[in-house]
Amino acid sequence: MSLLEVQTVSKAFGGIQALTTCSINVEQGTITGLIGPNGSGKTTLFNVITGYERVDRGNIRFMGQDITRATPDRVFSLGIGRTFQLTRIFPRLTVLENMHISAKRERLKALFSSWSSTQEQALALELLAFVNLLRHKDTPAGNLSYGQKKLLEFALILVAQPQVILLDEPAGGVNPTMINELVGHIRTLNEEQGVTFLVVEHNMEFVMGLCHTVNVMHRGTKIAEGSPDEMRKNPAVLEAYLGA
Amino acid sequence: MKFLRILGLLVIVAFVGIFPVGIAPNDAVNSVAVFTLIGAITVVSWNIFSGYTGYISLGHSVFYGFGAYAFALASQNWHIPGGWDPFLLLPLAGLVAGAVALPLGWIALRTRRHTFVVITIAFVFIFQLLATNLQGITNGSGGVFMPLTPWTDGYTDLPFYYVAFAVLLVAIFVSWRIRHSKFGLGLLAIRDDEDRALGLGVKTAAFKLTAYMISAVFVGMAGAIFAYYVGILYPQFSFDPVVDITIALMAFLGGLGTVAGPLIGALFVIPLQQYLDLQFGGNGVNLMIYGALFLAIILVLPQGIVPSLQSRWRAWRASRNTTLDSGKRATNQEQPAFLIERGGKG
Amino acid sequence: MTLILEGVLLGILTGGVYALMASGLTLIFGVLEIINIAQGILVVLGAYLSYWLAQRFHIDLFVGLLLTIPAMFLLGMAIEWAFIRRLSWNRVTLSILVTFAIAIIIEGALEFFFTTNLVQLQAWYVDKSIKVPFLDFYMPYIYIFAFVLSVVLLGSLYLLVYRTTFGRCLRASMQNRTAASLIGINVPQVQMITFGIGVALAAAGGMVFGATNAFNPASSYDLISRLLVIIVLGGMGSLGGALIGSVVMIIISDVVVLAWDPIWASTVFFVILVLLLLIRPQGLFGRLEGRKQ
Repeated sequence: MSLLEVQTVSKAFGGIQALTTCSINVEQGTITGLIGPNGSGKTTLFNVITGYERVDRGNIRFMGQDITRATPDRVFSLGIGRTFQLTRIFPRLTVLENMHISAKRERLKALFSSWSSTQEQALALELLAFVNLLRHKDTPAGNLSYGQKKLLEFALILVAQPQVILLDEPAGGVNPTMINELVGHIRTLNEEQGVTFLVVEHNMEFVMGLCHTVNVMHRGTKIAEGSPDEMRKNPAVLEAYLGA
Repeated sequence: MKFLRILGLLVIVAFVGIFPVGIAPNDAVNSVAVFTLIGAITVVSWNIFSGYTGYISLGHSVFYGFGAYAFALASQNWHIPGGWDPFLLLPLAGLVAGAVALPLGWIALRTRRHTFVVITIAFVFIFQLLATNLQGITNGSGGVFMPLTPWTDGYTDLPFYYVAFAVLLVAIFVSWRIRHSKFGLGLLAIRDDEDRALGLGVKTAAFKLTAYMISAVFVGMAGAIFAYYVGILYPQFSFDPVVDITIALMAFLGGLGTVAGPLIGALFVIPLQQYLDLQFGGNGVNLMIYGALFLAIILVLPQGIVPSLQSRWRAWRASRNTTLDSGKRATNQEQPAFLIERGGKG
Repeated sequence: MTLILEGVLLGILTGGVYALMASGLTLIFGVLEIINIAQGILVVLGAYLSYWLAQRFHIDLFVGLLLTIPAMFLLGMAIEWAFIRRLSWNRVTLSILVTFAIAIIIEGALEFFFTTNLVQLQAWYVDKSIKVPFLDFYMPYIYIFAFVLSVVLLGSLYLLVYRTTFGRCLRASMQNRTAASLIGINVPQVQMITFGIGVALAAAGGMVFGATNAFNPASSYDLISRLLVIIVLGGMGSLGGALIGSVVMIIISDVVVLAWDPIWASTVFFVILVLLLLIRPQGLFGRLEGRKQ
């Protein structure tokens, strides 16, 4: 049983079929890539997994549990985190405050307890140090540079210590130094803490260098799956990218 | 630093405390002061929901009205004599308002920004009409009389003043606690990016509804105090869109989402409103001046006084800090006054 | 039964007029993304202008429109240029406050010049009625004339929006402001003109409103709340929605007035709104406000 199983999922928006019986498996402890030409349904797949969109048909299972109809907050609390193509952080809150939003806290206590307990504070600071944003902890997040926001978004999710992280074009619009930094962080988390990653990317170097397995999507469904090398030579993949 | 701040707060509280007996020149000023306190309660309370979550409600006068009518009908039906006793009904007024907020909030919060505002406006008109038409319960436009107070001249305003002040202090405390709690952080996250907050585990629906209900409670109490003070309760002056606009004006003027902002807003708006009504009321000129001032303020200070001052302060600090040793914290005198607290850090 | 038929007929005739006013409001929302709370008082202003022209210069109500409509068109453009244009931050919320402030100013001015006494526009066709064939009641001429007026104006609006170059620019700006400006559309100008059109429609609606209701400056509150309900019901930004929403709501309202009790007319309005929004938050023809903040 895979950690995350997407089983023959279909989703249409009006007349456009974004996903057509798409099935993808993500094994625990891997860094799995998800590539495909524009419009192949990658972001829709993410939305459907994390509960932002509802599938028309099909199932999604996480650790054997059915999460097809789960709401975003439930999906998150089960251990699946996600970043967005256009980085989404909370611009008017400080970096440190941003870090505290995802920390778990039991219900009623949330109402009256302080927004930051000592443990949460410690964890947040540690993670900020990990992504080199510690000195900006009191800056409103909206004032950060694009690359810094990406890192912050990444760190935000880590606070809740998720088991799976879905990364939507993490290298998009980012300079090469930052890309290396990201690759380093992902590898560290994967190797040292066993975090599983599902990465959507257009940057082939990024994908080929980092991922253990790669899934290729085209027109709403998976057309190939295998190691990065295999994908590079796969005729169907080449046709999807270059063909008519 | 913290000591200075607490000292400043105590001074202000003391000043407000002795104002009517020690400082105020006459009854008219006291009257304005009572209205200002009532206004402050409504806007501080409104801010807990609309300021923190960003969902602008122009329908809180519904709770104002419900609180007022609950208070009025209870004191009438239970034959409560005038004086201090009716004030014991205030918690009831608040609870009724809070209870009403549950179904209303559940309906309204299913929608997003623009539609939400419109629904809240619709609520005001629905209930104003209901209050006017359900004469059996509310006596319609005939109004409901409040218990007569036995207090004599020179003393009449004081009980209202101090009760309103007490309720205001509680409201401020609640607002401040929420601001620094996990709950408050969640509300602010909803304001910035609701869907993102949801995806990070914040139970947005429950948070919004809870904030809505809490904000309704104090507004209900304010409505009750208002009705008791005025002595008679009419539907069109309690379920009143002008109340909502005044709340919004106070909040925007002072600055949404801060604790002190609404207070400053109330301090500016209510005395002005009272003055205009007194000077020009009855022929429309007061409305024109009010509207024009309103307009000028929104266009010039769209963020409100407190946040504008805050950003000016920050900019000034930033330009100064380049000359300070980065390891040294700024001295006490350079910290912003307690009023301009932004939360968490100070 | 006749009462209900009468209500329906009345509703259709006056629904058209509300459609005029609501179209203006929804158009403004669609192109400028703001909610013009002043639309109610602008309608009342239109009514007072017609009143003043009739009282002072004895100009017929419909003829007077030739003056009031252009005048208010210019007023609308002026308002947009002077106040709305400046808003960039937190546009939707601030626009509500700004337009409300403008509404208060206009209300104050009207109160000052005309006092709060109720007035109603007078003309021979307001008082005289015609017997409706087959049915047992009389319909004042004004309603029929008003209906014709609405059809003409709405028809012109339709032609303007769907058959002219300007209309295309307008629809483009409605869908995507940035893209529209990138292909050379002068978006600020389109916005200004659209606001002018919205207010001009209020002038026409105002005349009919004033002829069919006793009014004073405070009438604007009930009006604007009805208009808001209509456009939310129809879907904010949808012209077709404004039309259908108006006709449906006014029919329901008029039926309630005649068959049940006038005091519940507006309440029914809002209750229906609330119920509809429970089932379909985007209104009949609107788009679901999703992740866009």
